[in-house]
Amino acid sequence: MAQYLILIYEDETAYENADPAVSEQVMAAHNRFAEQVGELGGTLLGGNALQPTPTATSIRGDVVTDGPFVETKEVLGGYYLIEAKDLDHALEIGKLCPAMFGGVEVRPIWAFE
Amino acid sequence: MSDLVRAAIADAHRREWARVLAATVRVARDLDLAEECVQDAYVSALDAWLRQGVPSNPGAWLTTAAQRRALNAHRRAAILRAKLPMLVVPDAPETSDAFPDDRLRLVFTCCHPALAREAQLALTLRLVCGLSTAEIARAFLVSESTMAARVTRAKKKIAAARIPYRVPSPQELPDRLDAVLTVVHLVFTAGHAGYHGGDLVRPDLVERALDLARTLCALMPDEREAQGLLAQLLLHDARRATRLDPDGRLVLLEEQDRTQWDHAQIAEGLRLVRSSLRGGRPGRFALQATIAALYTEAPTYADTDWSQLRAVYDLLLAAWPTPVVALNRAVVVAMLDGPAAGLALIDGLAEDPRLAGYHYLPAARADLLRRLGRVEESRVAYEGAIALCDNDVERAFLTARLTQLPPQRDAGR
Repeated sequence: MAQYLILIYEDETAYENADPAVSEQVMAAHNRFAEQVGELGGTLLGGNALQPTPTATSIRGDVVTDGPFVETKEVLGGYYLIEAKDLDHALEIGKLCPAMFGGVEVRPIWAFE
Repeated sequence: MSDLVRAAIADAHRREWARVLAATVRVARDLDLAEECVQDAYVSALDAWLRQGVPSNPGAWLTTAAQRRALNAHRRAAILRAKLPMLVVPDAPETSDAFPDDRLRLVFTCCHPALAREAQLALTLRLVCGLSTAEIARAFLVSESTMAARVTRAKKKIAAARIPYRVPSPQELPDRLDAVLTVVHLVFTAGHAGYHGGDLVRPDLVERALDLARTLCALMPDEREAQGLLAQLLLHDARRATRLDPDGRLVLLEEQDRTQWDHAQIAEGLRLVRSSLRGGRPGRFALQATIAALYTEAPTYADTDWSQLRAVYDLLLAAWPTPVVALNRAVVVAMLDGPAAGLALIDGLAEDPRLAGYHYLPAARADLLRRLGRVEESRVAYEGAIALCDNDVERAFLTARLTQLPPQRDAGR
């Protein structure tokens, strides 16, 4: 088994403008996802949703600036840490991860022995 | 004697490389180590076969030699345990076959969708075909260091992200097979159309692509798309001898000497087309093969069954909606309904960003404009096509067409 981080990238303005029903739908989808990881034989080790990027503060060298490290339309909004057999297994799980206004990136965790 | 042995080794390199490497990867669980062990095995074969004679099953001999080296390397490494991630080799049911065929695992790993297309191509040529990095770099006109970096990056990703060494499950297979067939098709195209540079055909790449397609058909006899791919390649390649005149100039399909085509190869291609179309809705490779068959079967270019061809293009466009297919279909529509009808379709495609830089679009436009007598517009389109074309043979053809246009008229002023 190996660990992978599923990074959720979405257009956060879509959430600002979405009506409450959408938020409920998204919450339900994430709850469902947590169950699906186990059903697929993986393990959910952790995960969090992040506050929107206007709350982010970046530090480069000594300089502290307001905002995310990289300005993009689709931004990192949350992540899951999972355990899976191999990349195919991780991708199978990643495909089920909710990301209504964007997509996800699957990155292997570097295991130092 | 030594010439005989050398020939046997060269032959085994060509025929057995993929099987030997694929079986060794399973033991080595590391692509670099496996490659090294297989290369060593081929080197040691020279000496051993000179002394003992060429074995009856050279592939099995080489596999045993390479696997033994891999096991020894692991024993040594176990002492100073390497930190490198091992390739994920799922447990397979043990076969009694002493020389199991792991080539499909190798092919599917090289063409995994988590790898970029150019990396899939490079890995397939390197690991499945046994080409050196220098040879692959030459084929795709990049520097050897660029190609080496590309191969290294891809291998690192396979290990670090744990891309498994296995054949995909039945539900994944259609998509995954499509990637494999696309890679083989690209190898062929690089050889057949000579992508860039001076030669129109690179026979070595064409042969590699045909070998790969044949192997896939043999290993997956029920996959009709694999048959469609092989059929398509055979039918295109059967015209190889007639695509250039003795002076090295491009000869269009309509002017090719059909008696000089390889008719045995065409017969094989046509058999495969029929088989690829049997049983259920045909896929895009089967449909492309059918199109090649319709062009090839006609006794003359003028006798081509254009309406049947359009019908197949309609199916292909539905199965695989790409602007290149739409462009080719427009050329067929021009044969049926006249150049103006074809031109209208092509002009509708001109804005598609996926065709920006595709010289066949302005070339096809130029030809239709020429036939409509719109000489000035045709000239501009030919010039545009020439500027985009990076193959010397095709550029010479377009330039000849441009100079054959009637002299500039006064446009009625």
